[in-house]
Amino acid sequence: MRDWNTQARNREARLARAAHLTQGKTVEAKDAAALLSAVLEPGDRVCLEGNNQKQADFLAKVLAGLDPARVHDLHMVQSVLALPEHLDVFDRGVASRLDFSFSGPQGARLAKLVAEGRINIGAIHTYLELFGRYFVDLTPRVSLVCAQAADRAGNLYTGPNTEDTPTIVEATAFKRGIVIAQVNQIVDSLPRVDIPADWVDFVIQSPKPHYIEPLFTRDPAQISEIQVLMAMMAIKGIYAEYEVNRLNHGIGFDTAAIELLLPTYAESLGLKGRICRHWALNPHPALIPAIEAGFVESVHSFGSELGMEKYIEARPDVFFTGPDGSMRSNRAMSQAAGHYACDMFIGSTLQIDLGGNSSTATLGRIAGFGGAPNMGSDARGRRHASPAWLKAGREAREGRGLMPRGQKLVVQMVETFREHMQPAFVERLDAWELAESAGMDLPPVMIYGEDVSHILTEEGIANLLLCRTDEEREQAIRGVAGYTPVGLARDKRMVENLRDRGIIRRPEDLGIDKSLATRDLLAARSVKDLVRASGGLYDPPKRFRNW
Amino acid sequence: METLKFEYRGGRPCNPAQASALAGVVGSGNLEILVEQEPLNGACAVEVVTAAVGFGAIWQAVLDDFFARHPLADVRISINDVGATPAVVSLRLDQAVNAFLGGTA
Repeated sequence: MRDWNTQARNREARLARAAHLTQGKTVEAKDAAALLSAVLEPGDRVCLEGNNQKQADFLAKVLAGLDPARVHDLHMVQSVLALPEHLDVFDRGVASRLDFSFSGPQGARLAKLVAEGRINIGAIHTYLELFGRYFVDLTPRVSLVCAQAADRAGNLYTGPNTEDTPTIVEATAFKRGIVIAQVNQIVDSLPRVDIPADWVDFVIQSPKPHYIEPLFTRDPAQISEIQVLMAMMAIKGIYAEYEVNRLNHGIGFDTAAIELLLPTYAESLGLKGRICRHWALNPHPALIPAIEAGFVESVHSFGSELGMEKYIEARPDVFFTGPDGSMRSNRAMSQAAGHYACDMFIGSTLQIDLGGNSSTATLGRIAGFGGAPNMGSDARGRRHASPAWLKAGREAREGRGLMPRGQKLVVQMVETFREHMQPAFVERLDAWELAESAGMDLPPVMIYGEDVSHILTEEGIANLLLCRTDEEREQAIRGVAGYTPVGLARDKRMVENLRDRGIIRRPEDLGIDKSLATRDLLAARSVKDLVRASGGLYDPPKRFRNW
Repeated sequence: METLKFEYRGGRPCNPAQASALAGVVGSGNLEILVEQEPLNGACAVEVVTAAVGFGAIWQAVLDDFFARHPLADVRISINDVGATPAVVSLRLDQAVNAFLGGTA
């Protein structure tokens, strides 16, 4: 007769091998390597919690230091490769296969290891795809997660940076995998329980608190006048016209400028209460002035942001917080919210081609996707209506005899030239060459042109929803591409025609006075201004303190 | 460093609010623009001193568009550029001319 319970039996065998190392669920940090060696088996699928911000750094170090003669050919399934140790496991032969979402700072080394044949990449995912696969065909056998604190029973408190932990633990624990948590401290009683003890097998107090990266802090002092001008165009030409109330912002200075113009410019246009009320967004310090001005009703977050803890605790009507007062973030939930419940995504990119496809891929780096494609794509499964969604859908379908439906606003906001006069508009994305050199199935496109509704540059806004032919679309893009080679090659007559039809709109067409585009329009012009706006509750990390 | 000279004809005489106007600062990614009234036989003369070498064609395109927006006669424009993008150049030119002619900037 077939044995239907092999996973549970295998789990029991692993736990038995580790039994001598534990008292209850607690394992000493010095025994961490012995624990991992005992529970891991060659070829295991392992999730090493690497988030956008919070890192299981101690367990990463221990895993990378294991003897490859004993533990090898692991298949790593983790959202972010942020630490050197995340690649050391491949360099040392402990792991050989990888499925992931984002590799940011490790992108160059990852490309090198792939070229050398040291890493076999299954696929590069968006967050929601990878999380989805945790519950389909990439369920972790062993997960190494990270929490703020544990109690003696093994309950976990993840604190504000909960991020991926609930998703990882749920997939692992309910498929009879093994969950090992590193925690900063073990306490008698937790502020709140984020992960129940019976989903957790082992708890290790790490020698040092885990690393957190302040990824979403943008110093207002670095916002340029061009970014102020573009933010004015975004607010007047898109936010106001579509009545955008549910949205996600990218992490760049372009969108930080928009956040800082809400209490000044948007307020002067009478837009308070009419735009930007509900957000899927990390707690950006740049949003503080808009929150204080009463623009923002709610913010759900993927993760937290260093220094924002006290401010968030003091604004529970706005943020999602637990009974202990601190925030509960959740990357999977916020990504789902960003995809299905938001009317707009707006963010920057590095390159846009003539089809409106955009990419952040550069040669010699495999950076992955993260969450932008989930939020920067039309949610074709969406059915509920809102004014912004209906208007975008109407514009895209007008006169075409199609079934009416709405559409998400997906806005790419770029200056036509980046640093060192690198043009943001190109005939061909570098992504094509990267795909060839790294043997990828497809060029790594961050946002597909068919999902992009608007392209916003300092020269104007191109509304791609209103374009009816490929040629119109191409000229609409060239028509806002400024003095880049792509922009200079425009058909001037056709661009003027698109402008007459409102498909391209210049600042003057929007009634924007360019002389107002100065840094004086920013509600905060420095990190110190943000601290002041928060009433002293925002406590910026040292590197952002220059006073 | 590179020095570029441009001259435009066919502009209209203007009645500036001040004899000269200055916009911008000499700093990385920025530029300084001085606009002065000067009898030039109806010409608008532009001299660019730039730290970024090899962008003559882009300066030409930016200044052509500027002159189409503001066809000025008997005006000298001196630019000290430290690698400003065309977007910044256009914005500063508009700001300088606004101040020169007595606009709000």
